[in-house]
Amino acid sequence: MTMLTTPGAAAESTADERLARTHPVVRLLRRPEIGALVAALAIFVYFSVATASFLSPAGVATWLYSASLFGIMAVAVAMLMIGGEFDLSAGAMTGTTGLLVGAFTTQWGMNLWFAMLLALLIALAVGAFNGFLVVKTGIPSFIVTLGTFFILQGLNLAGTKLVTGQVAIQGMTLVPGFEAGKAIFGSTIPVLGVNLKVSVFWWLGITAVASWMLLRTRYGNWIFAIGGQLQSAVQTGVPVKRTRIGLFMGTAAAGWLVGMLSLFDVATVQATTGIGQEFIYIICAVVGGCLLTGGYGSAIGAALGALIYGMILQGIVFAQWDNNWLKAFLGGMLLLAVLVNLSVRRQAGVRA
Amino acid sequence: MSAAGATQAAPILEVRGIGKVYGSVIALSDISTSVGAGEVLCVLGDNGAGKSTLLKVLAGVHPHSSGEVLLDGAAVRFTGPRLALDAGIATVYQDLAIVPLMPVWRNFFLGAELSAGIGPFSRLKVAEMRAITLAQLGRMGIDLRDVDQPIGTLSGGERQSVAIARAIYFGARVVILDEPTSALGVKQAGVVLRYVAQARDHGLGVVFVTHNPHHAYPVGDRFLVLNRGASLGEFDRKGITIDELTRLMAGGAELDSLARELERS
Repeated sequence: MTMLTTPGAAAESTADERLARTHPVVRLLRRPEIGALVAALAIFVYFSVATASFLSPAGVATWLYSASLFGIMAVAVAMLMIGGEFDLSAGAMTGTTGLLVGAFTTQWGMNLWFAMLLALLIALAVGAFNGFLVVKTGIPSFIVTLGTFFILQGLNLAGTKLVTGQVAIQGMTLVPGFEAGKAIFGSTIPVLGVNLKVSVFWWLGITAVASWMLLRTRYGNWIFAIGGQLQSAVQTGVPVKRTRIGLFMGTAAAGWLVGMLSLFDVATVQATTGIGQEFIYIICAVVGGCLLTGGYGSAIGAALGALIYGMILQGIVFAQWDNNWLKAFLGGMLLLAVLVNLSVRRQAGVRA
Repeated sequence: MSAAGATQAAPILEVRGIGKVYGSVIALSDISTSVGAGEVLCVLGDNGAGKSTLLKVLAGVHPHSSGEVLLDGAAVRFTGPRLALDAGIATVYQDLAIVPLMPVWRNFFLGAELSAGIGPFSRLKVAEMRAITLAQLGRMGIDLRDVDQPIGTLSGGERQSVAIARAIYFGARVVILDEPTSALGVKQAGVVLRYVAQARDHGLGVVFVTHNPHHAYPVGDRFLVLNRGASLGEFDRKGITIDELTRLMAGGAELDSLARELERS
C-alpha cells in the first residue's frame, strides 16, 4: 500500500537511494537483447570448437560480412517493427537500388554518383509511398508492402531483361568512378590480421546510430509509443504520421545502402538480389528481442540477431553440413525467440 | 502551498447556463457551475445523465451550443482540446494515454520530451527527466521504486495517478478526471482518491466526473448532480449527506420502489 508522504520533502531526500536500488545485473537482464547475446555467444563457441576454419581470419571475415549485410537491414526493420509495422519490400529494395545504379551507369552512361543519388531518392520515394498508404488508409503494412514487394520484384526482373537482355547487370568495373565508390562501399580494411569488409563498419555505425536514436532522442520515444499504443501517442501530441512515414523511408534507405554495398563488392547485380530475404530481416529483429506486435525491441538486438544468422549461415558451410539445416535452425530460433518475447510482454504489458 | 480547504475560491473555470445540442438531441441544458483553485467539484450522474457531454465541453472536444464558458472571469470558447490544454485545463481520460511497455519516466514526458542540442543532434535529458518524474510522483505521494519499470507493471490506481501527476506537471490549473475510479477495486480507488486530494492540496481545481457517490463524497467540496442532461442541483458538502446524494442520483422515489420490489422477490 502506498503511504501518504509529505509533499516534496520526503520524495526528494530518498530520490537517489531509490534510483540505485535496481541492481545493474537486473537492469542488464531486463534488456530486450539479452537472449540474443547469450545465443550468439553459444553459437560462436560451438562453431569455433566444432570447425577449424570458423575462427581463421578468412572465416571471421566471411561470417562478419554476411552478418553485416543482414544486420544493416535488420536494424532498420527492427526500428520499423518497434514502431508497429512491417516492410516486406525491404529485401527486393536492395536489388532494385543496385539494379537502378547498374542500369543508369552501364546502359545509359549516367554519372555514377548522380545515379547513386537518384537511386536513393527513388528508394526514399517508395518508402514514403509505403508509409503514406499505411498512414492514410490504415491498411496493414504487411499487405501494403507485400504489394510493393511484388511490384519491385517484377520490375527488377522484367526491367533488367528489357534493358540488358539478361537477368543481371555486369560491367560495373568499367564505369568511371567505380574505384572511388568501391573505396566507400566495397573496400577491405585489415583489423588485427582479419581483412574486414567495409560493410562491417557500416553495420556497426548504423547499429550505433539507431540505438542512440531509439534510446536517446525524442524520435526514439515516439517510435516506441507509436508501436506500443498508437492512440496514446496521438493523444499526447506525438507527430504520429511523420514518424511512421519516416520509418518506412528508413528501411528503404537501408535497402539502398545494402544495394550499394553488394554492388561495389562484386560489381554485378543479379535481378533476383534480395528476394526472399525480407523475412530473414524480420527473424533477425525478433531473435534480437523485437515484439511482432510493436512497441518493444532494440537495434543492438537486431544486430545480434543478424550476427547469429551470419554465423550459422557460414558455420554450416564450414562444418560441411547440408545447407538445408539452416532453414530448420532458423525456424527453431524464431519460435524460441517469440516464446521468450511473449513472456516479456506478459510481464510488462498486461496487468489490470 | 497551503492546503486550505478553500470553499469559496475565485473560480478558474466557470460555466453559466450552458447547453449542448447534437442535431435534434438536447444532451445538456442550462448547466451552471464552477471550479476554483484547491477545490474539488464532483459531477455525478447515472449513465446518459450528460456527464460526458459536460466533460467534452470543458475539455474543448465539443464546443457548447448555448450559455457561456468563463476562464478567470473572461468568456472563452474552446474549439479544440489543444486550446483547453493551453489554457491550463487538462483532461485525464479513462484510457489515460499511456504506453504500457514504456518506462514510467518516458510515459511521463511522452510528446513533451526534454532535450538538449540542435535539430537532429538533440538528445534526451534522461537523468533530468528521471529525476523530475520521481520528484513529481513523490509530490503526489506515489512511492515508486524505479521510474524505469514499464508503466504497465503499475497497478491501475498508480497508473491513474501518474496520468494526473503528468497533467499537473505540464501546467494544468484545472484537471478533469473522467471516471478515474470506475474500473478500480475498492483499495485502488482509495489510492486514486488520495491523489485527487493531493492535487487539490497543491492548489489545483479538480473536476471529478463519476457515477459513484461513495467515491465522490469523501473528496468532493461541491456536487453537481445531473440527470437526463439537466441539473438536479449543486450542493455543498455541508448541505447534503451521502445518503441524500445517492438517493438523488438514483432518482429518489425510483430507488425506493426498486428496493421494495427486490425485497419481495
